[in-house]
Amino acid sequence: MILSGWGRYPSLDCPVFQARHEDDVRRLVDGRVSVIARGAGRAYGDAALNADGVLSALPMNRFLAFDPVAGALTCEAGVALDDILDTFVPRGWFPMVVPGLRAATVGGALAADVHGKNHHRDGCFGDHTLWLDLLTADGGVTRCGPDRESRLFRATRGGMGLTGVILRAAIRLRRIETAVIRQETLRLADLDSGLDALEASDDWTYNVAWIDCRASGKGFGRSVLTRGEHARVEELPRALRADPLRRSPPRLGTVPCDLPPILALNAVAARLFNEAYFRASRPGEALIGLDRFFFPLDGLSAWNRLYGRAGLLQHQCVLPRASARAGLRALLNRIAATDCRPLLAVLKRMGPRRGGFLSFPIDGHSLALDFPVSPASFALCDDLDAIVADCGGRLYLAKDARMSAATMRKGYPELEQFAEARAAWDADGRFRSRQSERLGL
Amino acid sequence: MSGPPLALIVGATSDIARAVALRWAAMGWSLILAGRDMALLERDAEDLRLRHGVSVATRRIDALDTASFPAFVAGLPGLPDVVVCLVGALEDQRCAEADGAVAERLMRGNFIGPALLLGEIAHRMAARGSGVVIGVSSVAGDRGRAANYVYGSAKAGFSAFLSGLRARMSRCGLRVVTIKPGFVRTRMTEGMALPRFLTAEADEVARVIADAPTRGRDVVYAPGIWRLVMFVIRALPETLFKRLRL
Ligand SMILES: Cc1cc2nc3c(=O)[nH]c(=O)nc-3n(C[C@H](O)[C@H](O)[C@H](O)COP(=O)(O)OP(=O)(O)OC[C@H]3O[C@@H](n4cnc5c(N)ncnc54)[C@H](O)[C@@H]3O)c2cc1C
Ligand SMILES: NC(=O)c1ccc[n+]([C@@H]2O[C@H](COP(=O)([O-])OP(=O)(O)OC[C@H]3O[C@@H](n4cnc5c(N)ncnc54)[C@H](OP(=O)(O)O)[C@@H]3O)[C@@H](O)[C@H]2O)c1
Repeated sequence: MILSGWGRYPSLDCPVFQARHEDDVRRLVDGRVSVIARGAGRAYGDAALNADGVLSALPMNRFLAFDPVAGALTCEAGVALDDILDTFVPRGWFPMVVPGLRAATVGGALAADVHGKNHHRDGCFGDHTLWLDLLTADGGVTRCGPDRESRLFRATRGGMGLTGVILRAAIRLRRIETAVIRQETLRLADLDSGLDALEASDDWTYNVAWIDCRASGKGFGRSVLTRGEHARVEELPRALRADPLRRSPPRLGTVPCDLPPILALNAVAARLFNEAYFRASRPGEALIGLDRFFFPLDGLSAWNRLYGRAGLLQHQCVLPRASARAGLRALLNRIAATDCRPLLAVLKRMGPRRGGFLSFPIDGHSLALDFPVSPASFALCDDLDAIVADCGGRLYLAKDARMSAATMRKGYPELEQFAEARAAWDADGRFRSRQSERLGL
Repeated sequence: MSGPPLALIVGATSDIARAVALRWAAMGWSLILAGRDMALLERDAEDLRLRHGVSVATRRIDALDTASFPAFVAGLPGLPDVVVCLVGALEDQRCAEADGAVAERLMRGNFIGPALLLGEIAHRMAARGSGVVIGVSSVAGDRGRAANYVYGSAKAGFSAFLSGLRARMSRCGLRVVTIKPGFVRTRMTEGMALPRFLTAEADEVARVIADAPTRGRDVVYAPGIWRLVMFVIRALPETLFKRLRL
């Protein structure tokens, strides 16, 4: 079966096996030279591809237990965040950390140790995981967490499936009173004021900024910052108070097919989109549904087809606080000097690092860009990599489809510890992906 | 009727069955999951309880053990309003050609067991005067193909049984529905090369099954395109059909 990640670059013919139960996983892992687990396939690049075998965890999607006192949910790894929201939002619970899409599975969220708009306060998905059960190369199952087998846990969260197959996990949910976010929107005229505002927003639970990569000159790096808090019941208009936990996710439809190259998103579309976005973002306060706040792109299914058959590249880096300002300026300048325009450029604050060996966030700022696949965008991304490396930053594995092994080594100083832990559990490197081979992991 | 409807799902560990159970649980129905693997059934039951807060019981049944059926039905928490049987066994046709025991197992697992069980339950429903009986047969039962006729003949027997049961029970206030899925991507067909555009996902077929109690149809192809496909295949003259490699 021809598989790819969300960016649809690269694609690879992979035998796919459906894992319904632990026994299926063990049988499949036993019988293969190498294998990689796959969740919803929403990582952009080649993290969940392997020509020897891909093990789909999607059929393992049962809830196993819920402890309402601790807010602890135990579930199988193929459970999608969407399932958790459907079931638990109406009961007043919400995951501590959510990435920008509902389709991601618990296994995928742990393997990438995903972050949300609240990393500066709450850290990564793995920081709210009480334990996980990992099926390792010898077929055994080991329960690991912050307080047991912690080295294996640190290698597995953020470890991109390279230590084994996550079977199930216990994660903590937070209490919410409503399915509504109290949002404040600010327009910032240039890069410095945007960064100042973002840094001054650490008291808010959720923060994210969108940067216009087009604007040059005076408006260089202009941005729209949105900050949010879970709304309390008394903050809702009277009409909504009767049923405060009701969701109303926007459904815009599905992109039916690949756009032909002439229509596919290009620099012109990017410019129009960015102008429209900037104008449409009205400064001020608003109450909006949590789906719109957290998962703005989910309303339009299969939107990756907008980029045409060639696919899209995501480039997400994080720069340490000290060099972030200069670094971001250099990145934006470099982009402005080309014809490649990201449609979306998203800026987030990252809090202190405390995750797994390969968890992405470090204290600083993260910038995520997407480009249609083309020779020019590959060249641009290589240049961006060099700037990131000079600043002491790193790239996010869940978004990566193309960085070099050298870039990876420079960005992840704890790679050594990761490799040691992995070798202790999987000496022959049974768990491998196209990404891990590209990066020499 | 007081309280939510009670549905019995036989063969509940099937991929299609699980999708049916999720749909009925989302509608608030009470469920009984029956199958061979109690540990799995119990896990699925807990998942349904956590998701939808419905009451779910589990029961053991082996479709080959027909002698156990009366006790199985008597031991249910109640006589269900709806029963669906998804028990199905697919084994390598070539083994069935060479080994009569394999062929017999296919016939018992796909025809005798499911037919006798649904017959037993329908009989009791008739005494009550209400109920919906859903049998999941297959398009494979519409015409015996060289590649798959042992399974196909068993499904043909099951379809014929359901047809007669429907006619008999229509006078007793019961509805009997025959579902005929085409190719479905499930554990049963994993690893087989299936034609992409004619292969449905388990949940598409589950939706048809889950809607069957409220819709008035007797024989439902799932997806509907198979009604046309099988019409054509049934219309082929035998002299031609036997030469086709179907
Ligand atoms: C629109 C969009 C927005 C996004 N926003 C964010 C964001 O805000 N923050 C963020 O951090 N990320 C974000 N992402 C990235 C996404 O959250 C991650 O890639 C996540 O891993 C996707 O989960 P998945 O189930 O699709 O995993 P997959 O893409 O299927 O797999 C990702 C990795 O996890 C491994 N894996 C999956 N399941 C298992 C398992 N059971 N056991 C072991 N390893 C496993 C795979 O081997 C692979 O290495 C976004 C992606 C998209 C498409
Ligand atoms: N998949 C297709 O392409 C397709 C096409 C047409 C019709 N169908 C029919 O659809 C139904 C559901 O099948 P599926 O595709 O969902 O396949 P599946 O996942 O393999 O389900 C088959 C089910 O039958 C059960 N079963 C088999 N023998 C049994 C026995 N002796 N006693 C009790 N249970 C038994 C299995 O239980 P265990 O878990 O214990 O093995 C399993 O629950 C079957 O009737 C099948 O014939 C399927």
